[in-house]
Amino acid sequence: MSYLFAAYMAIWILIFGYTLILGRREKQTQEELFLLKKTMEKRLEC
Amino acid sequence: MTIHNITSKGRFHNILAWATFIAVSVSIYMIFMWVPNEKVQGPVSKIIYFHISSAWLAFFAFFLVMVCSVAYLKTRDLKWDVIAYSSAEIGVLFTTIVLVTGPIWGRASWNAWWTWDHRLTTTLILWFIYIAYLMIRSSFSEEEKKARFSAVFGIIGFIDVPIVWMSIRWWRTIHPTVVSSGGFAMDPRMVATLLVSLLAFTLLFFYLLQKGIFILNIKNQTQIIKQKITEIR
Repeated sequence: MSYLFAAYMAIWILIFGYTLILGRREKQTQEELFLLKKTMEKRLEC
Repeated sequence: MTIHNITSKGRFHNILAWATFIAVSVSIYMIFMWVPNEKVQGPVSKIIYFHISSAWLAFFAFFLVMVCSVAYLKTRDLKWDVIAYSSAEIGVLFTTIVLVTGPIWGRASWNAWWTWDHRLTTTLILWFIYIAYLMIRSSFSEEEKKARFSAVFGIIGFIDVPIVWMSIRWWRTIHPTVVSSGGFAMDPRMVATLLVSLLAFTLLFFYLLQKGIFILNIKNQTQIIKQKITEIR
C-alpha cells in the first residue's frame, strides 16, 4: 500500500509543480506586457 | 490584436479546465474505489493506470513535437515552434511520471528499483533526448535559429519513440505487455478504468498545452512591443 501511496504522491507533486511553474510564468509575462504597454503609451504621448 | 485579446484565455480554457478536473476525479474514484486489485500483485497494481496513461501521452506529445517541427521547417511560421516547445515540455513531464512510477511498481513486483531492461533503458534515453531538446532551446537567443535547430532535433528525437514502443516485441524483456495484437490482456473493469484514466490525462495534456501556448504567445507579443519601443526611441 505504501508503494501505491508513494507513486500517486509523486504523480501529483509533478503535475501540480508543473502547473505552478506555468502559473508563475503566466503572471510574470502578463506583468511585463502591461508594463511595456504603459511605457509605449507614454512614449507615444511624448 | 489588443492587449485584452492577448491576455484573456477565453471560455474554452475554462471548459477544458473543468472537464479535466471532472475526468481526473472520476478516474481517481474508479482506481481507488471501483476497480478490483490484480490477484497476484495486490494494491500496487493500481499504479499502472496513471503509469500507462502517462506513457501514451508522452508518446503523443513527442509525436506532436515531430509533426509541428516538420510544419515549422516547411512554413517557417513560429506558431508551430510554439506548439512544439509546449508539447515537448509536457512530454518530458509525462516521461518523468513514467520513470518515477515505473521503478516504484518494479520495487514492489520485481524487488528491484531499476533493471537495464530494453523498455526501461529506451524510455530513459527518450527522457534524455527531450531534456536535451529543452536545453538546446535555452542555449539560443535568436528566435529563428532556435526554432530551426530545435525542429531538426525534434524530428530526429522522435526516432526513439517507436523503438520504446517496439522494444518489448523486438527483445526479451521482463516488462509486462498490456496491449498486444489480441487487445487488452486485462479484466474488463481494469480496461474501463485504464480508458477513463487515459481520457483524463488526454484532457490534462490539452489543458497544459493550451496554457503553455498562451504563455509563449504573450512572450512573443512582449518581444514585438519591446522592438516597437526601441523604434520609437
